[in-house]
Amino acid sequence: MNDAPFPLGLHDHEAYSLPLDKLDVSQGRLFQDQLHLPYFERLRREDPVHYCADSQFGPYWSITKYNDIVAVDSNNKVFSSASEFGGITIRDRRPEVRRESFIAMDAPRHDDQRKAVSPIVAPQNLARMEAGIRERAGKVLDDLPRGEVFNWVEKVSIELTTQMLAILFDFPWEDRRMLTRWSDVATADIAAGVVKTEEEREEILAECLAYFTRLWNERVNADMQPDLLSMMAHSPATRNMTPDQFLGNLILLIVGGNDTTRNSMSGSVLFMHGNPDQYAKLKANPLLLDSAVPEIIRYQTPLSHMRRTALEDQEVGGKLIKKGDKVVMWYCSGNRDDTAIENPNAFIIDRKRPRQHLSFGFGIHRCVGNRLAEMQLKIVWEEILKRFDRIEVVGPEKRVFSSFVHGIEDLPVIVHGK
Amino acid sequence: MPQVTFIEHNGTAHTVDAVIGKSLMEAAVDNSVPGIDADCGGACACATCHVFVTPEWEAKTGDRTEAEIAMLNFAAEVKPNSRLSCQITVTAELDGLVVHMPDGQH
Repeated sequence: MNDAPFPLGLHDHEAYSLPLDKLDVSQGRLFQDQLHLPYFERLRREDPVHYCADSQFGPYWSITKYNDIVAVDSNNKVFSSASEFGGITIRDRRPEVRRESFIAMDAPRHDDQRKAVSPIVAPQNLARMEAGIRERAGKVLDDLPRGEVFNWVEKVSIELTTQMLAILFDFPWEDRRMLTRWSDVATADIAAGVVKTEEEREEILAECLAYFTRLWNERVNADMQPDLLSMMAHSPATRNMTPDQFLGNLILLIVGGNDTTRNSMSGSVLFMHGNPDQYAKLKANPLLLDSAVPEIIRYQTPLSHMRRTALEDQEVGGKLIKKGDKVVMWYCSGNRDDTAIENPNAFIIDRKRPRQHLSFGFGIHRCVGNRLAEMQLKIVWEEILKRFDRIEVVGPEKRVFSSFVHGIEDLPVIVHGK
Repeated sequence: MPQVTFIEHNGTAHTVDAVIGKSLMEAAVDNSVPGIDADCGGACACATCHVFVTPEWEAKTGDRTEAEIAMLNFAAEVKPNSRLSCQITVTAELDGLVVHMPDGQH
């Protein structure tokens, strides 16, 4: 039940059964079956900047060590995020379905668009939102079934993150699960079956655009309000977006606020269950949540990678990356790099420097909602500790087929009251 | 050893010893000053060691680098005297330095 696939007899593992040049860490099944970490451990040891010449996503470089990832992530002049080169995921979407968003955009346009929405997670706004987040978390937890098995992902993780997103967008409350659906559709690997074709994905995302366009038209003519749509509608940097750019930014904000914290919230239950010594420490001292929360986010690494495209030749870790090459920063690997993080495969809630992890990325594209994510996780665990003795995981979790979103779909649990 | 003072957003002051040659951020972190998160550990790759340098110290703490400006661009409350404390190197000249902190690090 422990998340880490260690200890395994490393040399028995399939990660060590292939020649190095045949290693392809981009396969969704590796993440779904939790086999990916030994692959990355091998790459970190034997070939930390690794070229894979042939994969379903074409050739790509893997950056696997913490410091190399920070260097690439910080070097946005050489390593582009722009959608015209393929954007920020290993999957190259066909040019006709590529769209811009401020995460898939370089400076200076990125900077202006990001600043249009970033005040929503400024310290004063976080303080304003805190009581509402606590109240909603308490209500969801109070309504959970007692003494019976249920799916934590569905009843808690999805519900709370979707509610949060609906509030950030001031989205019609009764329709909020559409946000969850659009988020899942936007990121799904076709092989995972959420959508069967790119055409089907585009049809569903067109519904998302139509729905939000209606809301936009209301907000653009109304007074400025502190919600993401009004902020975009009233900012000079974003008020004249094309429909495609609007959809691109919507998907960014929906996925960024939804898939990520959802999976950290689910992962946290697995980690506490699998590490009873750590959970006992937390129960004895709930103030440890300040360090437990970033540790949860490190250990889960809700987005396994971010991708860049080299705009010029650049050496990284002794290898020459050529102009035009696809470069994948594997945050899930850097977060387990023992040259940067002590005992990285262990879940330790009172680490000395818990925030030194890669899950939010570094550089100008660093997660804009990082402190909101931490606050949501902290509050849900504060409220769990008030109500429950423990959350018992009673069956194997079901995971998402994806090398991008490190997700959990089904986590059967029973909650035990105090 | 130079002494530097970090003043939290709520006014609480922390005067600590700073090691010459290390960064101002490290002086805060090594002395457990709250409010300097320093998520990236000093790589100028986040903006979570943000401080406001009191005007009389601005000349001695130097100019912002290009990378620092890029990261500060996304901090919540940027002022003309905003700096990332990981980019200020402690020298004997900085003995007595006073910096203020924003009410949150992003």
